[in-house]
Amino acid sequence: MTDTAVQRTDARYSWGGDEFLFVEIAEAMSLAANYKANAMAALLTARSLPGVTDICPANASLLIRFNPDILPPDRLEAEVRGVEDEVAHASHQTLDTRIIEVPVWYDDPYTRETGARFRKGHQKPEGTDLDFAAEENGLDSPAEFIRRHHESPWLVSMVGFVAGLPFMFQIVPQKDQLEVPKYLSPRTDTPPLTVGHGGCFACIYSVRGAGGYQMFGIAAAPIFDPAQRLADFRDFMIFFRPGDIVKFRPVEEAEYRDIQAQVDAGTYTYRQAPVVFDLQRALDDPTAYNSDLLERLHGN
Amino acid sequence: MAINILEPGLATTVQDQGRPGYYNVGIPQGGAMDSLSAEMANALAGNTAAEAVLECTYLGPKFTTDAEAVIAVAGAPVDVKVNGEPRPQWSRLELAAGDEVSFGMLRGGTRYYIAVRGGIDVPVVLGSRSTYTLGAVGGFEGRALKAGDVLPVGTALDIGTGGAERTELEEALRPSFDKEVTVRVLPGLYDHRLTEEGLNTLLSATWTLTPVADRTGLRYSGPDIAWKPRAQPFGAGSDPSNIVDAGYAVGSIQIPGGKEPIVLHRDAVSGGGYAMVATVISTDMDLLARSAPGTKTSFRAVTLEEALAARAEGRKVRSSIWG
Repeated sequence: MTDTAVQRTDARYSWGGDEFLFVEIAEAMSLAANYKANAMAALLTARSLPGVTDICPANASLLIRFNPDILPPDRLEAEVRGVEDEVAHASHQTLDTRIIEVPVWYDDPYTRETGARFRKGHQKPEGTDLDFAAEENGLDSPAEFIRRHHESPWLVSMVGFVAGLPFMFQIVPQKDQLEVPKYLSPRTDTPPLTVGHGGCFACIYSVRGAGGYQMFGIAAAPIFDPAQRLADFRDFMIFFRPGDIVKFRPVEEAEYRDIQAQVDAGTYTYRQAPVVFDLQRALDDPTAYNSDLLERLHGN
Repeated sequence: MAINILEPGLATTVQDQGRPGYYNVGIPQGGAMDSLSAEMANALAGNTAAEAVLECTYLGPKFTTDAEAVIAVAGAPVDVKVNGEPRPQWSRLELAAGDEVSFGMLRGGTRYYIAVRGGIDVPVVLGSRSTYTLGAVGGFEGRALKAGDVLPVGTALDIGTGGAERTELEEALRPSFDKEVTVRVLPGLYDHRLTEEGLNTLLSATWTLTPVADRTGLRYSGPDIAWKPRAQPFGAGSDPSNIVDAGYAVGSIQIPGGKEPIVLHRDAVSGGGYAMVATVISTDMDLLARSAPGTKTSFRAVTLEEALAARAEGRKVRSSIWG
């Protein structure tokens, strides 16, 4: 499959024991496959089927948990295939979502220090994760990699692994995707809010812990707030949803500290705006589409 | 009424029947890992199945209660002591204010459950009292217990109006905690990516549970398992055991690099980049929770119909404890 066609091929269905149905939309990652996962999840959620407990869209697949005592497997499968058909035949491939600006301190001392502790066994033991990423993508410098990282927005293609961790896929043609291999052996420590990258995916670590993605910087504001102290978390302790669009904005130390102070004071809110994600426009002309999205973010 | 924790034990957490509905944002179902033993402890304490209990792993807590209390201990075999005197497991125990409850070493298995009449009354978070330690959500302050913690206990139901009347559980109804176990699995998900021999090895070898086993998952040692070589799809990672990151079924088996299968349990990471090749049927998830490191484990393939039949059978066993 190419990244210029809407994903209309049939998905593969398989059972994960007696409580999970797994739908593989495509083997390869693409905006089209991810769109289909999110669109199917949205339609299935709207059906409010008794017996369905979890609907989990992922990068290029969908996982559904159900109670077979309430909803027999064959009936669930028929419903999901119906939803797949509906998505494939929809005249407009759009998703109501929002664009969010995420301030990031790139090449910060926290992830640099952590990276330095795990140099042994790294692909580039004598450099930093950013040096390695720039080199892997044939770029002149880490600064060029950072520019590419925040220049174009990213689609939240999946939330999970641990609570509230967003996986993001950049809205650019496949040839321009930043690709960086994961650590050869996972770290036992990652600072919370680390901006990481593995394969073609960016992520933001929501909690401290193990991790295998290369580390490029640190987000300035929380993305997971179990105490629900900040306004953006009043309805739910987790900030990101699949389908969100993220624009990273580079900040230096002074602004990072300022944002931290606002977080401590409980006054920080993310800049965000509602948008309709249009798959065909994103595929046809990502550059023009991205600048439209950014205009929405800045209220123009 | 409250429970005063004098010693916390190794990894004692508050658990109930879990927190479904938030797996799409990475919050796992959680809940008592050995759900049947937890339910039995609740039945014996005069609760419903829904009250929160203490899940004790390997080494249990030492505690007192500040008022008269009714408790029950069920699960992995362990010596129960009240003020140093032995008391029976699988029985309703009446405590006076200030009685001190402690435990000996496990004689098998991994986890046992302490139910108290009225349930552990920590706040309900996202529909559950279960502790999700990685996210610091639920339970007692989102973490395993510490010495000095004071756990609130809820108001008891009246016996006969929802609370169970049973005061003992006969041996025939109790689960066993064996050194050898056969776990039923449904092959699927990405099993087509293993070689035929690889899948046969998974389903026929005897696997040994390693010490790398907790609420997230359990790792097994045994023979290597072969993946079919292939050109990896875009975004999937370089190893043949890698996929484009996907949602993980609870109970699913992954075999990173073809070595040491991992079975995800109730605090599963919700997704990742390793292909799953089979899933433990829901009825047998408790068997994994009861396994101690070193347990010889066979994964036996069943069909979806057989998994559903086992589920119906399991429901009968469950209802018998409330009879």
